[in-house]
Order: sequence, then C-alpha cells, then structure tokens
Amino acid sequence: MTTTSHPSYLAPKRRRGSGLTTWADRHIKWLFTAPAIVFVALLIIFPIAYTVFLSFTDSASSVTRPFSFVGFENYGKWLGDFERFWPAVGRTAYFTITALVIELVLGLAIALLLRKTFRGQSIVRVFILLPLVATPVAVGMMWLLIFEPSIGFANVLMKSLGLPAQLWLSGTDTALNTIVFIDVWQWTPMVILILLAGLSTLPEEPDEAARVDGANAWQRFRHITLPLLMPTLAAAAILRSIDAMKTFDIIYATKGRTGGSNNEAETLNMLAYNESFGNSQYGSAAALLMLFLMFIIIILTALTILRSKGHRA
Amino acid sequence: MTATAQRPTRSPAATARVSPPAPRRRKKRLLGPTLRTIAIVVVVLLFVLPLGWMLMAAFKTNLDIVTPSRTFDFTPTLDNFGTVFGAQDFAPFIVNSVVVGVGATIVALVLGVPAAYGIARYRIRNATAFVLLARVIPGVSLLIPWYFLFSQVQLVGTYTALILTHIFVTMPLVVAIMAGFFEGLPEELEEAAQIDGSSRVGAFVRVVLPLALPGVATSAILAFIFSWNNFLFALVLSNQETRTLPVAISNFTSYASVDWGGLMAASVIITVPVMLVALFAQRYVVAGLTAGATKG
Repeated sequence: MTTTSHPSYLAPKRRRGSGLTTWADRHIKWLFTAPAIVFVALLIIFPIAYTVFLSFTDSASSVTRPFSFVGFENYGKWLGDFERFWPAVGRTAYFTITALVIELVLGLAIALLLRKTFRGQSIVRVFILLPLVATPVAVGMMWLLIFEPSIGFANVLMKSLGLPAQLWLSGTDTALNTIVFIDVWQWTPMVILILLAGLSTLPEEPDEAARVDGANAWQRFRHITLPLLMPTLAAAAILRSIDAMKTFDIIYATKGRTGGSNNEAETLNMLAYNESFGNSQYGSAAALLMLFLMFIIIILTALTILRSKGHRA
Repeated sequence: MTATAQRPTRSPAATARVSPPAPRRRKKRLLGPTLRTIAIVVVVLLFVLPLGWMLMAAFKTNLDIVTPSRTFDFTPTLDNFGTVFGAQDFAPFIVNSVVVGVGATIVALVLGVPAAYGIARYRIRNATAFVLLARVIPGVSLLIPWYFLFSQVQLVGTYTALILTHIFVTMPLVVAIMAGFFEGLPEELEEAAQIDGSSRVGAFVRVVLPLALPGVATSAILAFIFSWNNFLFALVLSNQETRTLPVAISNFTSYASVDWGGLMAASVIITVPVMLVALFAQRYVVAGLTAGATKG
C-alpha cells in the first residue's frame, strides 16, 4: 500500500510499533483461510483417505476389532454381486435419469409459464419454494400417508377417476416410481428457480428481432430461448443429478433401511448405509462407497464434457 | 456461484417491451392470459396441496384421517400435538435440533466468513471446487471414518460430534454465499479505511463486516435450515438423549400400527418453522441451494 501519492492530511496514522498487527496484515490471506482449511482437512480429506484405506481391509462388526489387509477382495465381491450390487446400480441409474428428465422438462415448462410478470408473482414463488425447504424426512412421512393404499388420498383420487387402486410405496413394482414422483415434487422447484434466474439474465434483443421477423412462439423458444438457456439448464442438470444419485432421507423414511422387504428401492447410497451401519461390514461398505464415488465422478465428467461441447456449438 | 445473490433480480417487466400489438392478435390476448392463470393456479396447487394435506391431518383424529368423507369436513383437534409432546416427549428433540443447528451455524460463520473474505479478495482459485466437493461426496463415506474416530474418543452420542459433523453441511453454504457477497462489495471501502490508518484486519472488522451483516444473517438462516433438515449424520451419531427431530420422526413408523395423526403433527412441528423462516429469506435460499453450480 503506497501512501506517498496522497496529501499529507491523508497520511497513515497507523501504529507502526505493533508487530503483531503488521504480521497479521501481511499474512491476512492465510490467516483468514487457514482455520477453514484445517477443518476441511481434518473432517473431510483425512476421513476420505481413511475410507479408501478401510476399503482394502476386512474391518467389520466393531470399530475396535483389529482388521487385516485384504487387497481388492471387497471390490471383487461387489463387482461379482448380482443379488444386491448390480440391481442397486440399475436402480440408482433409473432413479436419477427418470427424476432428472422429468424435473428438467417440467421445470422448464413451469419457468417459462412464470417468466413474464403477473399479479401475485412473489407469492407464487414463495409457494414453489416450500417443498424445497421442507425437511425431507417429514416430506417422506407426508407422502407415506397420502400413498397409503387403504386410507391415502392417492387411491381415493384414483377411484374417483375410475382408475384401479395402486399399492404405491408398498408395491414391489411401484415403490421406486413413487419415490421418483416424490423427488419430482420436492426438487422440480429448484430447477424452476435456477431457470427463472437464468431467464432473467437473457438478452431481449434476439427474441424481439425474431418476433419482428414473424417467428412464432415455438420457433422463438426452439431457436432462441432454448440455446441461450442451455448453460443454465446444464448447471441445473449437474446439480440435480449429484443430489438425486445420493437420495437417502426420503427412501429411508418411506422404505426403511433395506429399501423395502425385497430391496425394491435400494439404491447404492442405501446399500452402502445398510452395509456399514446395518450389517457393520465397514471394509466392504468402504469399497462400495469408492465404487459409488467413481460412478458419480464418471457421470459428472460426462455431463461437464457435454456442457462444454454445448458451449462451443 | 452466488455473485448474483445480493443483486436484486431484474424483473422482465422492468424493461418495458415496445411492440405495438398487431390487430389480429387481439382475440388471442383474451384467451392467453386466462389459460395462463389457470395453469399457474394448477402448478401452485400441485406443490402446496400435499403440504395442506399434512397440515389438515395433523389437526384430525385418526378416525377422521381414515374417512374420505371427512377430508375437509372435520372438527379440528389439538390431541395429536398433545400426543407428540406428551407420550412421545418431543420437546427434548426440539431442543437438541436447536442446539446442534445453532452450534453448527456459529462455528461455520466463525470459520467460513473470514475464509470467504480471503477467497473473494485474494481470488483463491478452486475455492468453489471445495463447495462442489462437499456436495459430491456421499455422506456415508464420511460417516464411517467419523464413527471410528468418535468411538475412539467416546464422542458418539454427544452434541460435539453432531455439531462437528453438521458443519460439513453448514460451512460450504456460508463460504459460497459470503464469497459472492464480498465480491460484490467495492474494494475502495477497505482502501479508504486503510488510508485512515486502519490495519487490514481492522478494516475487515470495522468496515467490511458491518456492511456484510445482511449476507451473514441470511447465510446463518440457511445454514441453520440445512442443519435442522439433516438426517443422516444424527441417525448414526446421536443417542436417546441427543436425538434430533428428523431421527425422532423416523422412529415413529417402527411401531406396529402407525399413529398417523401424531406422525403428521410431528411433521408439521418440524417443517413449519423452516418454511416460515424461508419465507423471509427466499432469495437467499435459492442462492444457497444452487451454490457452486451457476458459476464456471
């Protein structure tokens, strides 16, 4: 900081004697960030490293039980497991893709619907926000009642529409789709809000020019709004897919620890939880989590590559 | 990231459109808005009705809940709330959730606000990667080593363990929101303070922090909501005495017959406070939820 360029009455009145203050000023960048970095290292980096380490051991039953090194045995066990592991991979992929596609399409439609100002706009935005902040476990309980086959509102509605009653969350075939529905209810609002923020930053000129040139609403959406909105849409897709892959609270609340008696709603995250804190198979669970993390990273990388390609186009 | 958070969102109507209406579009103009209003009402109902259902059930007897004809026609009762606070003894769980939420929020602010300032002012790259990292890592992969660690030092079931782990949820949020906030503050303010003889740390405390108070307040609110809603960490690391609300509610269904009225009353007790808080900070809730995604 140079002070020579200022007139004398602006000269620093700093107490040069305080060595601590000068030291703190010189190292402010690290002084301010170090505590947070230390915390992240202690509670995130070190534990992740320990999980990697555990994945190569036979640690089980108790945290104090001594364990031995087993190499890639845990990984081999999972990759050859067609009873629980691969079905869980399939369910995780199905759940994530289905929820993501519905949420993006629905979110885009609703964002376009709410784009132009109207009376009561702010109250509508508040209503849309409510599912987002509601505690997921409580949301799960709420839907458990609505989807209850004999007393729930869902089947009352089905009957009044002349449709057959469903088992919803209790059915082996319908449980996962019902949870997709709950996820869509809770998280489409996030897509809407991200897209509304994106839409509000779009320039108006191209749209206006196309209107003057006689383009209809669909043409203007397809060739102007959608391409301009692509980066925002990609960001929403990445965010939602990360969270959807890790969905836990709602599945646990509605289907229990094992994802139902036939594991019909058991995703990778649920399987990892059950293996570690249900069966106390810590080494094996750690290996499963590493495989899960690898899947997440592969999908994220693919989405990011897709997004950067979209940027260039 | 959240650089846009503190800027008021520009409403599309603010920039008035100047397109003279073509005469043949007049008919459409009457039909269009009506359809749009109907569509908006349907959308709002789809998101709000299930919550209304939960709210109604919380004030119904279990007999009214199972009777379709009494869906809207029922005599409200507070019995369910009596069960929740009486037989289920929910008050201590509320206290636990508040203690853990407040603790995790305070620590996150103390660690996160200066860090966010450092990140914003000294342009530390890859800081957003940390926020994204916190989002990508499955919670269970941290929970296993945490469980090992806390078992060794006899911290399982204590507030300390719960607060420490909930910081994993609260701190990324505080850092993301506050870094965006500090980036929006003009650097000239601190320079002026330093010219007046203040140290850099002094300028931060006396000039920057007071200006950042709205940001601090809203990131604190959001951090608290996220801690309040968190289920997984307390599921493993709490015990009977330190159990938080989401864990307490999840235990409701383990009985043979479900007390739906009580369950819905408990769900109302846990969701209504966060919803009320969210109403007052809605813009920032959006910023926090999308943290780490909108930039880069």
